[in-house]
Amino acid sequence: MYALVDGNNFYVSCDRVFQPRLVGKPVVVLSSNDGACIARSNEAKDLGVKMAQPWFQVKHLERQGLIAVSANHELYGDMSARMMAVEARYAPRQEIYSVDESFLDFTGVRDDLVATGRAMRAAILMETGLPTSVGFGATKTLAKLANHVGKTADRKPGSYPSALAQVCDFSHLAPHELDAVFAATEVGSVWGVGKKINERLKAGGVHSVLDLVRADAATLRSQFSVVLEKTLLELRGTPCMEVDDAPAPRQQILVSRSFGTPITHVDGIIESVSEFTSRTAERLRAQGSVAGAIGIFFMTSPFRQSDRQHSVNVTMPLVRPTADSAILVSAAVAAVRAQFRPGFKYDKAGAVLTELRPADQVVQGELDLFSEPADAEATPAEGSRAKLMSAMDALNLRFGRDSVRLGSTAAASSGAELRAWATKQERRSPRYTTRWNEMPVVRAR
Amino acid sequence: MPSPPDIPDGAPVGRDSEAPLPASRRTSNAFGSPGTDSTVKRVDLNDALIRHPDATFAMRAAGGAMAGAGVGDGDVLLVDRAVAAAHGAVVIAVVDGDLLCRRLDIAGGRAATSRIVRLVAEDDATPPITITSDTPLEVWGVVTTVIKSLTF
Repeated sequence: MYALVDGNNFYVSCDRVFQPRLVGKPVVVLSSNDGACIARSNEAKDLGVKMAQPWFQVKHLERQGLIAVSANHELYGDMSARMMAVEARYAPRQEIYSVDESFLDFTGVRDDLVATGRAMRAAILMETGLPTSVGFGATKTLAKLANHVGKTADRKPGSYPSALAQVCDFSHLAPHELDAVFAATEVGSVWGVGKKINERLKAGGVHSVLDLVRADAATLRSQFSVVLEKTLLELRGTPCMEVDDAPAPRQQILVSRSFGTPITHVDGIIESVSEFTSRTAERLRAQGSVAGAIGIFFMTSPFRQSDRQHSVNVTMPLVRPTADSAILVSAAVAAVRAQFRPGFKYDKAGAVLTELRPADQVVQGELDLFSEPADAEATPAEGSRAKLMSAMDALNLRFGRDSVRLGSTAAASSGAELRAWATKQERRSPRYTTRWNEMPVVRAR
Repeated sequence: MPSPPDIPDGAPVGRDSEAPLPASRRTSNAFGSPGTDSTVKRVDLNDALIRHPDATFAMRAAGGAMAGAGVGDGDVLLVDRAVAAAHGAVVIAVVDGDLLCRRLDIAGGRAATSRIVRLVAEDDATPPITITSDTPLEVWGVVTTVIKSLTF
């Protein structure tokens, strides 16, 4: 038996803990460049704000009381850790699935699960101030769906029986009750049924979860995929996914961001792409991997229809796998120079490292066969490069990010546009729980 | 500033590795080094002051209305959300969307109808706030510790 515990409108709820005046008001949290709505309170959803909608499209709702705050990821990270710690007390195993979701494995636990779920929900609310929804099911897919039902029953009274609100246990329901819930739930709500599969299922007459549960497994596998067949089996109560205690190492590392204001000059793109590449390289070294290829992209805003559009996305294989910032950045800069076209307002850029493998698996035989011996002498020896990289990481860790960086990143240049891509966070709340000088102030007067 | 007592005047201090350490600062090998005994742990204020780490938050008090409870302007408060607020506790309450520091005062009988709940300041000037059905009480957390800095 699994539970999925999920924070309701998590980012908004974190800000509300320390700013109670936001309770009951329509609130959205904007992405780190203040570009898009990445979390919405129920009141904001009722005003019609859609997930990931660009802020400029809903800004006019400020007149109707909509409040926007900038993402405060330090706060969300700490509140997440607190929430996860409380949850972990209630089950023998926990898999943290995202910042606001965790699976709890209740296998072998004989308690009344609904009562346990309610007690856990109350403890999380009391100790952290965060409201959650809890779903129980025989499989992870069922637990996630039960969570969705519990959340919806709470937010939209009448959508499901009120007994399912907040804490919803599918294993508690009689077969005909479960069928009724499945019939009232769109197939797109199922974990793993994405937009495209959803459209194809509907075209084939599968609209509700009940339709899917009653479909033929072999047909689904042949027409869709083994993955969808597994989803079906999970919905029927056969576990096909375990609670993983150790997540697999990341297969790609991506850093991208929208700019605060559009960039039109090649230097601005070079600077931001260099910066993003440095970030990916830091993460690469932190997980002890090397990359076999680097991709860069930069593009104009698809939301600004009146602008001329241009989009670049190139991947360059590396002569040999590396985690060296200097090599990765110079490859990225060369690609930007080759692909940049003047006359466009670029809005977003990023860097992505792929073909990752553990650094210790790279054998000497893969060493550069193409460069002349003179070249090899001109570049510093491998060992000293690795030392330079770890020294850079250590300095940045100790003295703060960007204490030391490569020449093409922001410190090397100046000018308003060059810094324009740096994160814009005009509305960020204080980092209440992670900075001594930003703690909440309480009125004692 | 006086020198530390065990270093004679004029003796080299600091990072000069050639200089011998004063005898009292040398580690005795004969009895083992107490510093490497893993069962000995320096006092940790987190352990000593925070009973529920996941539910405890630091907050700063602004204003002197709680001086009588030992809470001065600018003091840091440790606020525990995991303990129930009882009569007499210094609490953080949510009043008009604001976080407010007051003493919780519960008078009257056991029945909820005869109970009088107030948020009381600890100075001579500030009037108490009486909790009614129009202004329901929302306790954010209970203040367990006041950290008062005397030097900065």
